[in-house]
Amino acid sequence: MGVKRTDFLKTALGASAGLSVAATATPWSSAAADEAIGNYPAGTSGPEVFVGLLCPTTGSYSADGEDERKGYILAMEDLNAGTGVMGKIPSLAGKKGLLGKKVTYKIADTETKPDTAVQRATEFITQNKAIMIQGGVSSAEDIAMQKLAQQQKVLYMVGASGSNDTTGKDCQRYGFRSQLDAYMVAKALDPYLVKAYGPKKKMIFLTPDYSYGHSLTNSMRADLEKLGWTTVADVVAPFPTSDYSSYLTNIANSDADVFINIEFGNDGISSTKQAVQFGITKKMKLVIPNISTFLPDGLGPDIMQGVYGTQDWYYTFADRYPLSKLFLESFQKRFPGVIPRWTAHIAYAQTAIWADAVTRAKTFNPPVVIKTLEEGKPIELMLGKVYYRAGDHQQVRPCPVVRGKPGSAMKNKDDFFDVVALVPGEQCMQPLEETNCHLGSYT
Amino acid sequence: MHLIEAQALNGLALGAILALVALGLTIVFGLLGFVNFAHGALLMVGAYAGWVVYTQTNNFFLAMLAALVITFIVGIVIERVLIRLYYARPKQDQILVTYGLAIILVEVVRAVFTGQTRLLSTPAWASGIVNIAGIYYPQYRVAVIAISAITLTVIYLILYRTRIGLIVRAGIDDVVIVNILGINVKRTFMLVFALGAAIAGLAGIVDGPLLAVNPDMGTDILVQCFVVIVIGGVGSFFGAILGGIVAGEIVSLTTAFSPDYASVMLYVAMAIVLIVRPQGLLGVEGRA
Repeated sequence: MGVKRTDFLKTALGASAGLSVAATATPWSSAAADEAIGNYPAGTSGPEVFVGLLCPTTGSYSADGEDERKGYILAMEDLNAGTGVMGKIPSLAGKKGLLGKKVTYKIADTETKPDTAVQRATEFITQNKAIMIQGGVSSAEDIAMQKLAQQQKVLYMVGASGSNDTTGKDCQRYGFRSQLDAYMVAKALDPYLVKAYGPKKKMIFLTPDYSYGHSLTNSMRADLEKLGWTTVADVVAPFPTSDYSSYLTNIANSDADVFINIEFGNDGISSTKQAVQFGITKKMKLVIPNISTFLPDGLGPDIMQGVYGTQDWYYTFADRYPLSKLFLESFQKRFPGVIPRWTAHIAYAQTAIWADAVTRAKTFNPPVVIKTLEEGKPIELMLGKVYYRAGDHQQVRPCPVVRGKPGSAMKNKDDFFDVVALVPGEQCMQPLEETNCHLGSYT
Repeated sequence: MHLIEAQALNGLALGAILALVALGLTIVFGLLGFVNFAHGALLMVGAYAGWVVYTQTNNFFLAMLAALVITFIVGIVIERVLIRLYYARPKQDQILVTYGLAIILVEVVRAVFTGQTRLLSTPAWASGIVNIAGIYYPQYRVAVIAISAITLTVIYLILYRTRIGLIVRAGIDDVVIVNILGINVKRTFMLVFALGAAIAGLAGIVDGPLLAVNPDMGTDILVQCFVVIVIGGVGSFFGAILGGIVAGEIVSLTTAFSPDYASVMLYVAMAIVLIVRPQGLLGVEGRA
């Protein structure tokens, strides 16, 4: 399948592919501002511009995708009305739409599958002349869409993606990722694990068999081994899996002290639930390094209490950051009774960052917008000041470490976590030379 | 280290679950010759019906009863409205119509309950861990072996030791003659289809405390069902049981040595069965 798709794209993009090879050596120049590239200027000639949104509203990560979808809807409505957090961004304040144009959008279901994601994204780019695409929840679909974006020269603001590869070996000039990568998760979380559970522990991993899983397991493993822990085994399960009993039998029969569950989404819920039934959480400490948005709801506080992990964003940040408070309020006004989770945060923040860059660049021209983002000027958003690192397009942003609350301490049905720490982004970032990232060409 | 023994035991328990999950699919095919791609969706409907009752009453037996009854009724309705029109149609039509039906069921449940995964906790009487010959194993999974065994026995007696099975098999051979004998074949077909749906529903609630209960849960399970019945023999009652246990043991024992290859080995086993014995281990040649 993958080969076929690549072939198709190569054929479809024969001309531009040739161009990009020729232009690799030439960095962006001022002359490029006027050149046609991707859907520019074709997609921006009318009174509206189109943005393609891709959310997995079915499949293993559907709950996360639904939250992400709501985040995009609020972001688009705020952008066009000049309200909410969008209205507080200096470059956008007092304006409606973007560079005087209304931003229209469509939302497609990626089914948590890379093939479907690329197909839908291609439709947005070719049929709707999308000037930007964004979304995705699994790193597999995000990396696939990011490659497409690079080939088509259409900007892609990455949705939820935790693999190092997204801004590492699979990084692209046309993609920007805001979520913590696996390295940042490990760097932020691990000192707290050692503090809580002691310096010489034996750990065992349950890993979903794709980019994100291996990336997070390897990062956690390398970092914790440096801190003195040892690895008993890395139990790899296919993605997705529904019955984990055979994998958990291996884990239950090991002599590990700490069970580090890398599974995410519905797979994270069923694997953890089954691990509890196997008595694993009685024998071992449970750690879920990357806690998916609705995992605590699916497991309940009895299982989640005391569990350490990280989350991209949590709604109680409203107490720390004024724009988190505003985001929480406007989200609840738009979707009564629903508290946004971190995938909605990514959706909104990524839209805002792009809108700010377009406004400051005064053009939709992708290379110019990319260059503007690469300048690394911090923007004040729901996590305080954040910016993109030019070398790999990873966002430098606070890394939140959380711990599950006991049910008795929950103030409402969404109040699952204590925020243990917000580690400054600069302390978590992987050194650029270790990322193995080679951003492609601008043109 | 009892890893091999533990995995062998787990393979048996996993096999019991897989057999229960695949059973409804295989009897509908075995008796009616009908391919039901909505089997996974019916399982999901059963899980939701059970979840609603379980969260209200906290009684797992009531939840199982609710799952059985509701999916039985859903089975009757869709058989009357849709399925009966497709018995005589080609297999590909049956696949397409039930595939479409599955999409409708999944999206209706998603519209009503949202896509969020629901918490279905292990019933209190089975939430412990038992020690079987030195191997610690979840009590609930042992209970599932028992539930599967009881269900399989009851269904076997109904279908193969009462007149129902006889009527259905005669009806497939010659509807006209059976009708002339004064037997309502159509009603029997309807009951068999609804029974298949009800077993799917029961499997859904029984699987609920193990899996993530959400609208898409049936999709992956359907694939497993087909692997199980292809190994065991499509349409064979005992084939579903044997296929379940073989599949469970393959996955579990491979995991003991190399977890990465567990699911691959399952498909390798299926491919070998298809080459060596295309009708499946206990299948009858020509039936499929």
